Amino acid sequence: MNNIIASTVVKARELTAEEIKEIEHEKTHYPYTQAVGLEALKIVQKYQGWVSDESLLAVAKYLEIAPDELEGVATFFNMIFRRPVGKHVILLCDSVACWMLGCDSLQGHITKNLGIEYGETTKDDMFTLLPVPCLGACDKSPVMMIGRETYTHLTAEKIDQAIAHYRDGTPVDQDLE
Amino acid sequence: MVKITVDGKVLEVDENNNLLEEVLSQGEDLPYFCWHPSMGSVGSCRQCAVIEYANDEDERGRLNMACMTSPREGGRYSIEKAGQFRAQAIESIMINHPHDCPVCEEGGECHLQDMTVMSGHTYRRYEGKKKTHTNQYLGPFINHEMNRCITCYRCVRYYNDYAGGTDFGPQASHDNTYFGRWQEGPLESEFSGNLAEVCPTGVFTDKPFGKQYVRKWDLQTAPSICTGCSVGCNTNPGERYGTLRRVVNRFNDEVNGYFLCDRGRFGTGYVNSDERITVSMTRASSDADPHLASPDEAMSQLHVMAVDAIGIGSPRASMEANFALRDLVGKDNFYAGVSANDLAMGQQILDIYRNRPVNVASIKVIEGSDAVIVLGEDVTNTAARIALALRQSVKNLGKKMARDMKLPDWHDAAVRQLTMDRKSPLFILSPHATRLDDVAANVHISSAEESARIGFAIANAIDSSAPAVKGLSKEEKSLVDTMADALKNAQQPLVVCGTGSFSPALIDAAANIATALQDGDKKANLAMVVPEANSLGLALLMNGSDQSLDQAMSLVADGDAKSAVVLENDLYRRAPADAVDSFVNALDNLAVLDSTQTRTGEAANLVIAAGTFAESSGTFINYEARAQHFYSVFKPKDSIRASVKWLSDQKLSEITAACASSITDCGGMANLTPGEDFNVAGMKVPRQQHRYSGRTAMRADINVHEPKQEQDEDGILSYSMEGVPATRDATVFNTAWSGGWNSNQSVFKFQSHTGGALKQASHGQCLIENNSKTKTWNEIEKDNAPEGDFAVFPLYHLFGSEELTARTPAIQEKATSAYIALNGDDAQKLGLQASDGVALEHNGSVPFIIRSSIKPGTVGVPVGLEGVNFRNLPDGIALEKASSWTAPEKWHAANIIASDRASSEGEA
Ligand code: SF4
Ligand code: SF4
Ligand code: FES
Ligand code: FES
Repeated sequence: MNNIIASTVVKARELTAEEIKEIEHEKTHYPYTQAVGLEALKIVQKYQGWVSDESLLAVAKYLEIAPDELEGVATFFNMIFRRPVGKHVILLCDSVACWMLGCDSLQGHITKNLGIEYGETTKDDMFTLLPVPCLGACDKSPVMMIGRETYTHLTAEKIDQAIAHYRDGTPVDQDLE
Repeated sequence: MVKITVDGKVLEVDENNNLLEEVLSQGEDLPYFCWHPSMGSVGSCRQCAVIEYANDEDERGRLNMACMTSPREGGRYSIEKAGQFRAQAIESIMINHPHDCPVCEEGGECHLQDMTVMSGHTYRRYEGKKKTHTNQYLGPFINHEMNRCITCYRCVRYYNDYAGGTDFGPQASHDNTYFGRWQEGPLESEFSGNLAEVCPTGVFTDKPFGKQYVRKWDLQTAPSICTGCSVGCNTNPGERYGTLRRVVNRFNDEVNGYFLCDRGRFGTGYVNSDERITVSMTRASSDADPHLASPDEAMSQLHVMAVDAIGIGSPRASMEANFALRDLVGKDNFYAGVSANDLAMGQQILDIYRNRPVNVASIKVIEGSDAVIVLGEDVTNTAARIALALRQSVKNLGKKMARDMKLPDWHDAAVRQLTMDRKSPLFILSPHATRLDDVAANVHISSAEESARIGFAIANAIDSSAPAVKGLSKEEKSLVDTMADALKNAQQPLVVCGTGSFSPALIDAAANIATALQDGDKKANLAMVVPEANSLGLALLMNGSDQSLDQAMSLVADGDAKSAVVLENDLYRRAPADAVDSFVNALDNLAVLDSTQTRTGEAANLVIAAGTFAESSGTFINYEARAQHFYSVFKPKDSIRASVKWLSDQKLSEITAACASSITDCGGMANLTPGEDFNVAGMKVPRQQHRYSGRTAMRADINVHEPKQEQDEDGILSYSMEGVPATRDATVFNTAWSGGWNSNQSVFKFQSHTGGALKQASHGQCLIENNSKTKTWNEIEKDNAPEGDFAVFPLYHLFGSEELTARTPAIQEKATSAYIALNGDDAQKLGLQASDGVALEHNGSVPFIIRSSIKPGTVGVPVGLEGVNFRNLPDGIALEKASSWTAPEKWHAANIIASDRASSEGEA
């Protein structure tokens, strides 16, 4: 592909052996390498935490697709991170049901305690705060997710506990669930 | 055809087209954004909504997108009733639109403006903050202003899907949707300029035009022909204050359709350049100081000199200019301004067009071909519009698959989904990788001689009466069979070749393949590319004579001619430099008529200021032998005149008529324009729009008296705003405009059917009629292996190889100076390091690049680039590392775009 080599600003990094192995596995599922793009980005993000320009170029090169095409995929999905994120990403729902039950003030709470607005990362690189549109648990709103964990019927205390848990392993008080 | 009712009107429409296309064809005004006649429908903008009723009783109906609807027999539709929906759709589209029309270069010819007015959305209710974006640097041709985007996706569908670009795309989603490159940088497609016409708003605009901007209505325009190559795309250049401001596409359904290449669109800046010859100069002898010659003086000197001079014509001058020179010096003293080999190849092609049972392929025919073989011609760089057409030809398999499934072929997304990466076969034989390889079924790297042998063998495999070829390798044989089968089984096979390889044998091979494919009434299509805008015209004009530049040179060397008149020609581009040196030195008198300074002009003792295409009218004959008329766009100052005006005092139409009647096959030239007495309401057709501003004020800083309007004694157009502008009549199509349709989308008002031929304007006249059904063959010639370690093959650059366009600043930014290209192993053997130069026989030293596709023992040398004269080189050369060397300033390795992009090792 022409523009892979054309790029003078960004140089592709080497993909790691694990990344290549998993991408190769995905390739067996699809007739066209384009189709593997999203999976490959997820694999890279799993190991690197986010998808840097160097990673994007590496994947494009590896799959022999144009970086422009892969960028279209990477930026379309909001869970592919094209900027560095903290170790834990807080996904706070700001859709209708959660909004009615006060997600705005919960966001204010997080911002006050962690010092980060939507889209920002704490100085110690521990947390990034992002809004998401509806986590599909409207009946238990307000809702947020950190990692694979979903926190429902959110309150300020619950948030504090969850954050403490990710900071230093303090167990979350089950009663609050 | 089916009968439908639209708002009570009964219309007869074609059910194979979509409803939008059909109602537009019937003259209705239905707004749209995302649909394009060349790209089909995707239904993304929701602007073409209509109400479709289920039956006669149905009174509510339902909303449907007209561009996604097949008209059905008895169908009842309403455009009117969906008006409110369309106004709402546009209101939502406009939420983020900046409304910066006064400072937007699209303003006044903006499809979004037109549609907004048409839909009735006149008052903005949204009071929130608008989304803004960062713009990108996209190179010297295209300006980017993302805030104006209405996310219709036309740009991506054009740039990626239609033109095959890969360095561009949509990013993100909803409010954040962004159209651009992954990283900023020059757009790589050779067809990027069309973005400015495809985008319905001001996101992508013509950058060089932006630097000398005026509104569309302030431009003086005329129908013209691009002189960038032998395709002869139709254009509408525009002028203001004596400078040529821009070039836009002029629709011609058989030639360029809706699209130009970037050489044609952005390559006319030389018209305004400092290198222009603006006054005639004369001197007593070639070592005396030149002094200014008034037009009268220049004229009389030229005509005195011409009495016993030979005339040297030019493939970049019009038929009329060449014919006038031929007339002036006498036909026996007229020489084609090209080498003997170039002239012979031109005549060889004419002979094939005349006598072989083939059909000469227009761009439209090329687009419709379902199996193609390209022999040695790098069309992307020598006749770019053909490359864009070939990119469409490979889609014909998909269209057929769709038709077989009863899926209309305008259903773009569905057809692409169905087709995936299946393509009609395209075979390429070339000494290097080319830009079309990504859509080719098979690319075979071979020299012109090898390709000719394979070509002859393919002809033989299709029709055994064609001469056979001995000694093919096993690999070559199976290749021959694959290609022969595919071509034989195609409905519309096409053979593309040309003079680019300088190989008559290759041209013969192509002719044999096309001949072999003839079967009763079925004829194969054949396209032969020639080097320049009027190369084939010049070959025609020679009327069988073989008087070439070589002959003129030996005549002068023998002392049989002492004076020469050279028409629009730099001989140093046609022959080895030392041969031209001795030629000009042996002459007592040399007159050169040209628009720009050249080395030949420097040697002359009479230099005459000739007009460019923009200041001249006449006829060019393209690669198909299609004659097309071009009108001057503006009148230059008095010291500059069109070449014909210097050479003859006859009217242009008289010269055209004389040429038409005295040159074989040129009869069709006489009918290209409406007669001289053509008028509308008793007046000539104005070159200026009726909104042209400042007519009385624009010269007030020089003189408050308004000068008399310039007269155009030649044509049916006037240099004026008086008269009746064409708004639906394309008899003289000097600009696309129709009431309510200020953008180029108004073209459909001039078409007999949307996307089809123009109502009145001719698409030019194909001069050669060929009814031959007899197969004749050329025998394969023995080739002599070139001497020297490296066999030389030519490389072409869309940006740089053509003489005049290369003098345009925007083109120079995309060009490079001379270099050579070779295989990595050879570079190693020669001991070359990245920053080394290579000594090139007769040419000094040049940088090198490595191209992995090139075979060992061969070397690519660019044609026409600054710092190298291809004509100086024999077929085979020795190469060695240059001893002391620094890379020239204009060497830009990054500008060499090829599918096996030059490795960075060659970068200095
Ligand atoms: S940039 Fe232009 S063509 Fe592309 S989506 Fe936006 S408005 Fe449409
Ligand atoms: S393809 Fe040739 S004629 Fe057409 S625009 Fe390009 S240079 Fe001009
Ligand atoms: S709205 Fe928050 S989970 Fe659905
Ligand atoms: S033109 Fe029909 S939806 Fe865009």
